[in-house]
Amino acid sequence: MTQKNRLNGGQIDRDTTLNFTFDGKQYAGHPGDTLASALLANNVRLMGRSFKYHRPRGPLSAGSEEPNAIVELRSGARQEPNTRATTAELFDGLSATSQNRWPSLAFDAMAINDRLSNFLTAGFYYKTFMWPAAFWEKIYEPIIRKAAGLGSLSMRADPDTYDKGFRHCDLLIIGAGPAGLNAALTAGRAGAQVILADEDFRMGGRLNAETYPIADMSGADWAAQTVAELATLSNVRLMPRTTVIGAFDHGIYGAVERVSDHLATPAAGKPRQILWRIYAKQTLLCAGATERPIAFDNNDRPGIMLAASMRAYANRWAATPSHRVAIFTNNDDGHRTAHDLQGKGVKIAAVIDTRQDAPRSYDYEVLQGAQVVDTKGRLGLTFVEVNQVDGSTRTVECGALGVSGGWNPNVHLTCHQRGRPTWDENLAAFVPGGTLPSGMNVAGAANGDFSTHGALKSGANAARKALGLKGRAPAVPEAEDAPGTQTPFWYVEGCSRAWLDQQNDVTVKDVKLSHQEGFRSVEHLKRYTTLGMATDQGKTSNIGGLAIMAELAGKSIPEVGTTIFRPPYTPTAIGVLAGRMRGKEFHPTRLTPSHVWAKERGAVFVEVGNWLRAQWFPLPGETHWRQSVDREVTATRASVGVCDCTTLGKIDVQGSDAATFLNTVYCNGFAKLAVGKTRYGLMLREDGIAMDDGTAARLAEDQFVVTTTTANAGRVYQHMEFVRQCLMPEADVQLISTTEAWAQYAVAGPNSRRLLQKIVDPDHDISNEGFPFMACANITVCGGLRARLFRISFSGELAFEIAVPSRYGDALMRRLMAEGEEFDVTPYGTEALGVMRIEKGHAAGNELNGTTTALNLGMGRMVSKAKDSIGSQLSERPGLNEADALMQVGLRPLSAEDKVTAGGHLMKASGPVDAAHDQGYVTSAAYSPTLGHMIGLGFLKDGGNRMGETLRLVSPVTDLTVEVEVVSAHFVDPEGERVRA
Amino acid sequence: MHDLTPITALGGSAARVDSVGDVTLTEVPDVALASVAARRGHEGVCAQTLESVLGTAAPSPGHAAEGAEYAAFWTGPDQWMLSADFNGYEDIAARIKSEVGDTASVTEQTDAWVCFDLVGPHINAVLELLCNVDLAGFQTGRATRTSIHHLGCYVISTDAGQSVRILGPRASAGSLHHAIITVMASAL
Repeated sequence: MTQKNRLNGGQIDRDTTLNFTFDGKQYAGHPGDTLASALLANNVRLMGRSFKYHRPRGPLSAGSEEPNAIVELRSGARQEPNTRATTAELFDGLSATSQNRWPSLAFDAMAINDRLSNFLTAGFYYKTFMWPAAFWEKIYEPIIRKAAGLGSLSMRADPDTYDKGFRHCDLLIIGAGPAGLNAALTAGRAGAQVILADEDFRMGGRLNAETYPIADMSGADWAAQTVAELATLSNVRLMPRTTVIGAFDHGIYGAVERVSDHLATPAAGKPRQILWRIYAKQTLLCAGATERPIAFDNNDRPGIMLAASMRAYANRWAATPSHRVAIFTNNDDGHRTAHDLQGKGVKIAAVIDTRQDAPRSYDYEVLQGAQVVDTKGRLGLTFVEVNQVDGSTRTVECGALGVSGGWNPNVHLTCHQRGRPTWDENLAAFVPGGTLPSGMNVAGAANGDFSTHGALKSGANAARKALGLKGRAPAVPEAEDAPGTQTPFWYVEGCSRAWLDQQNDVTVKDVKLSHQEGFRSVEHLKRYTTLGMATDQGKTSNIGGLAIMAELAGKSIPEVGTTIFRPPYTPTAIGVLAGRMRGKEFHPTRLTPSHVWAKERGAVFVEVGNWLRAQWFPLPGETHWRQSVDREVTATRASVGVCDCTTLGKIDVQGSDAATFLNTVYCNGFAKLAVGKTRYGLMLREDGIAMDDGTAARLAEDQFVVTTTTANAGRVYQHMEFVRQCLMPEADVQLISTTEAWAQYAVAGPNSRRLLQKIVDPDHDISNEGFPFMACANITVCGGLRARLFRISFSGELAFEIAVPSRYGDALMRRLMAEGEEFDVTPYGTEALGVMRIEKGHAAGNELNGTTTALNLGMGRMVSKAKDSIGSQLSERPGLNEADALMQVGLRPLSAEDKVTAGGHLMKASGPVDAAHDQGYVTSAAYSPTLGHMIGLGFLKDGGNRMGETLRLVSPVTDLTVEVEVVSAHFVDPEGERVRA
Repeated sequence: MHDLTPITALGGSAARVDSVGDVTLTEVPDVALASVAARRGHEGVCAQTLESVLGTAAPSPGHAAEGAEYAAFWTGPDQWMLSADFNGYEDIAARIKSEVGDTASVTEQTDAWVCFDLVGPHINAVLELLCNVDLAGFQTGRATRTSIHHLGCYVISTDAGQSVRILGPRASAGSLHHAIITVMASAL
């Protein structure tokens, strides 16, 4: 098909042809085209269907404010719904599909809704789907959800990647129209670090869409020349295809750069888009203005568009929706469109001007004081009905109608921090006002300076003001300086099905109905009618709705006020908000020093926070995880096992007040801990609840190494820094994390000492006498490598933890395995670790669950009364010390085959099973290969005095009831003989 | 002399090197690190000792300094990280402690970190996709703590616009490396 509606001129590359499809049909366009301009050039006006009534729609605008021409772009996994054809850059091979229609765009069965419009008014859903209430969830909502929504998702993972980045500047200029370009020139020449961002792929703003000159060249040429100069300035960064989507605190702006959206697919390794966080010392908003339509009956037919957009299509893209157009305007801007299109050979059927004193033209007919009252044409405009000033009606034949109701400054970004725009009577429009985001200034049409001269001048002046530039202001190039006065004309009297919000199908009638039904607040109007709630956020519709509402309420528009503008300024892909943080990269991964070795051994890994820890090490022939875990436990208790416990937090605490400091953060005493000794410590929160437990090893008079649980490592370090800096600022204590600096392995089991004696250099005595239970020391291993040894045990066996610098961790693990062969050394994972600590009755995260106290944990006496420590006072609250307080106990099933499950609750042997009779709950459970049955740890009311009692362990959710006996939590070696062996 | 063979933070026996265009990312395992925090009341003496150790004043906030044997960057009020060549200075913590005595707490940090050098003419294009650093003001000798890929890192400008050193948590070396080389492909 030839480009029937292609005009001459324009900023397109006619030497190159781009082939594309729309609804499967082949078309051709040129570089520089948008999808909308190329379709218009191909005489396609119908591009979509409306949301509610499925009315045929074509583009209303030529920019990001577009409510109608929204399509599904691309196919397969890259299919993106709700893409504005007016901003989609044409590329070779582009495929687009219309949306919200069935079976086809030209024949849409859902257009029946339009016939039912008398029923489908504002609030239809609220009124209709009230009863029966039970129908809502199962019937109404699914139906409504199916009918709602515009585009469709591919339901496939997005194959593209997105980046996030950070940029800093002295001056961020948003919008590269005349104001923005002249501001950038002023700031750039002055040497400031400038970022100039524009959502368009071609900088210049309206200058590219107009014909009037700047100085002695066309506006578009002046823009191109200015951009070329800016590109030579190393301190100026030009960011085309970049939408500033939000103004956030402290001069921070979000901006989405569409790096590859103009390509069929992103180049290898390149992102589709980048979300920039821009830190600007000063910001200049030069976002321009949006033309506002006039509401009249059937003002939504394909071919009816904003007059300045029609002019943009003609001048920039050399495209026209029709070769015979009419204009409906209330201001001189509409005449510009007529003039420019006439100059390009388009027949102007008439200019219908609401003003009785509208300027006349020798080139085309001007109907003064006339109004468009209706239109015709099922899938595209064919005629407009005009009421003339003398009361007569006239039908004007045209394939397109340009509508101009004046201009609204794009104040959106000035309001992102709840600033309210102010009403300018002279412009009959909202202009930036109130409190702007800090550091923001506004220039050009966004500030109400609608003329080219005004924009150029205010841009330069605002840049000078923002940067504090002194001296004489440079001359502003000569340009048109038409007065910006506007007389409002919102809608044609008597209209009803006149569209305000074309994307959400909100009419003048809907606004009137909402007023009639008592909705007085503009926020209520918005939500009741959905005015401005579509993906275009009402850029072309809000003001019309406000104006009608004000009129009905007998108020002025500023009295009615506006709804709040919120980020993002234009629709934003969710993918760009996620950036690289998706899939496996959702969070960083932490690997232990023995990871490479463990992987070689075929370990099964488990995520513990960001850590990957070996969960168990399956051997050939083991088909169930329990087989591996049972073997690891049994082998460790029988001889020796090794487990990587690097993930436990390690904090180096130094200083002359280190002991005093630990005495404050731990509830038990540390002041008298001897050098070379380790002590178990329990930290309480301020409210007396247990926070974390671990050990502190005193390596020197003024140095401790504190360990924390894996999960709480960061939090405990943060807490200790808080105590150091805020609660004990006078103390001489220094903290630093060494978690990752040292590879630390638990070596546990009766043969652990014999194994370590082969590793630890012989001048270090690690016999029971030389290195008793809870000893610690700096030692050397393997012929002189510095290392640390702690005689501590989580498993309940004779055990040590040995640490070497992380880079040697892999080699140490391999050495332990090699030297341990004679003892059948067994690596064990977190599951076996868990089983052994439950067998020993050691509390872990399940027990330190944020609700338990030292008393609950059976450690009430550890809370020292001889000193003050964090949480010790509040741990004495009566509520935490009742006679029947929960106490940690062990639980054994009466029948060895029975399951014990964590999460189950404890009930007396007989009686009701309900919350009122709850006796406690099970926190940890495991199969004990040592005992040959399952065991559990739990909290039981007055548990210390209920040893031997039979209880029911119930889990109504899983329909489980098991009889259990209350026993000591220390299932293995309750006397602690092994650890001291 | 012990007989344990080290591996690099990325798990290899040799340092990993990746290039995209003329920018190269090199894993640098041969860096010895020790943190130095002045003890209360000894801040002045500690700073003076560090000056003699470094041969130049201890770096001020946001800065790094390089001496003949040791380099240093500021990490907090009266706190610094000192570095030296791992070969010959593996015992950096003990060496520094013997200099500062009771005026400072010294902690070995060598293997708490993975160290990368990012070198080439377009590193700023890479850095701006990685971390929130004002690169225009990031002159040679500047150092900052920043977040890369949700990891707390130090970035030190060793040659403005041409070379930076990045220190990140060692256990996450793989994630950090992945983040940097992915962005190198993206930016270059």
